[in-house]
Amino acid sequence: MNHTNEKVSRVEISELEKIAYQLRIDSLEMIYRRGAGHPGGSLSAAEIVAVLFFHIMNVNPQNPIWIDRDRFILSKGHASALLYAALARRGYFPIDDLKRWGDLDCHLQGHPDILKTPGVDMTSGILGHGIAISAGLCLAARAKDKPYRVYTLLGDGECQGGIIWEGAMLASKYHLGNLTAILDYNDVQLDGFVHDIMPMEPLAQKWKDFKWNVLEIDGHNVKEIIGALEAVKDVKDQPTMIIAHTVKGKGVSFMENKSTWHGKAPTRQQFEQARQELERMV
Amino acid sequence: MGIMAQREAFGTALLEYGSHAPNVVVLDADTSSSTLSKYFAEAFPERFYNVGIAEPCLVDVAVGLALGGFTPFINAFSALLSLRALEQIRTCVSYANVNVKIAAGYAGLSDYKDGPTHHSLIDIGIMRMLPGMTVIVPADEHEIKAWVPVIAEHQGPVFLRLSRSGSESVHPTIPEVEIGKGFQLRHGSDVSIITAGLMVARSLRAAEALLKEGIQAGVIEMSSIKPIDESLILQAAHQTGALVTAEEHSIIGGLGSAVAEVVTAHHPVPVERVGIHDIFARTGPDLDTLMDAFGLSVEDICKACRKVIHRKGNAGG
Repeated sequence: MNHTNEKVSRVEISELEKIAYQLRIDSLEMIYRRGAGHPGGSLSAAEIVAVLFFHIMNVNPQNPIWIDRDRFILSKGHASALLYAALARRGYFPIDDLKRWGDLDCHLQGHPDILKTPGVDMTSGILGHGIAISAGLCLAARAKDKPYRVYTLLGDGECQGGIIWEGAMLASKYHLGNLTAILDYNDVQLDGFVHDIMPMEPLAQKWKDFKWNVLEIDGHNVKEIIGALEAVKDVKDQPTMIIAHTVKGKGVSFMENKSTWHGKAPTRQQFEQARQELERMV
Repeated sequence: MGIMAQREAFGTALLEYGSHAPNVVVLDADTSSSTLSKYFAEAFPERFYNVGIAEPCLVDVAVGLALGGFTPFINAFSALLSLRALEQIRTCVSYANVNVKIAAGYAGLSDYKDGPTHHSLIDIGIMRMLPGMTVIVPADEHEIKAWVPVIAEHQGPVFLRLSRSGSESVHPTIPEVEIGKGFQLRHGSDVSIITAGLMVARSLRAAEALLKEGIQAGVIEMSSIKPIDESLILQAAHQTGALVTAEEHSIIGGLGSAVAEVVTAHHPVPVERVGIHDIFARTGPDLDTLMDAFGLSVEDICKACRKVIHRKGNAGG
């Protein structure tokens, strides 16, 4: 199935691709400066987050708590650097704030914090919360007759925890067509490959069995991401899971597919090399 | 006056309040026939969500509903809420300061039939440690009726600890309640008993029994365990110089600890704690028998009062 959308211009797609690489550079720079963070899972989800924040979601950075805005919950909260970069580039707060990530007086916490950072729709960081909290928001939207949609980005390793499936059952019980989950399926977690640590396959089938609408895409293909996210708007009585096949550490040759780059900061030399590789794409 | 079980009182109060508060939604984890959230569910099915036997999901879905502008009351057994769903409560309710109301049923020893797996004897301690969490332990049906609107209209998370059972009525009518305020139910110059929940009625009986021995025991009901009424505790410490705490909870971490924290910081006086002494209880034939067997009897409270008065005498020289 080809989830592309002919209405999106080549120029716009190229622009989103560049934004994704800019977010990669920002994320890595933040992790390098702070000496801490999660590069692998930030790099793998860059196109997904770029498309959501710069093309799909109906939000207003000047009024981050606008009641009818689309919501985004970063269930894989470890990829906070990527979210912060997207929020800053989208205009929620100054880009310079990214340099102070983790400082005691900075609003940017290690993991996303709804009370401190404009544009963060829910605190996350402990894995597993995205589906169930999003489902609650979707129930609220329906009950209050609100038009907003809720997007949540999950990790693959995260789906090893039971709360994900509790939420999955609930979302299908209540036919939450306004809920879209995107799974950053990079097959790498802290201790190694997902398929070794705790195999998740057949993953698409699992979500289908939970009565979700399931799409599979290339998570680095902007056109496919847009196509999928547009297509789900027509699905009214089922939540959707978009399984996005990605590469952990995408865009940095020495980080790709390496669990060692799940949660450590690059050295100065490594960062400079990574930046050179990434800047070619911007 | 008949005794109404706390769950019955809560189920009715939630229905009553919810009928005038369209923003209230109610969730349960397949225990609505036990917690009696079913009264609300039957009247307002469109505002009721049953998530199945999944307490972590119960909390997270309520968080989402609260983020979407509703005031959710979640209902389940206290042992499961405070243990299985604690991470959700810590991260998504307390840390994120989301307006979720946790109605924790079957607390203390009240599920005497099922035994220690379902007893909830450390829940007050756990919830009290969560920043921003209000912890309320009502004594009887009148108080529950009073608390439901106050809790609903308070902005922020609340843990309402409810018994499956009833107890003797403490409040003849619906009292005025306020978060952070205790009740001086009885005055006494020799010792003050500070208590909550089902132990309030037992403490009043203990005070009555002690009077026959010439001991004047005051009784303070501290249903707002967090925030706690520091000034009322310190007033009692000043006036009687000896405190006894009585709770259907472990002596570690609960009301007794909270009271001790206040007096040791501001006005140290001897404190004796009546509660469960760091053990698991057992299955019992009925709640009263079980409470008596595990150190929560009227006589246990009396003993603690005599002991603390004795300690005060020694300390005073």
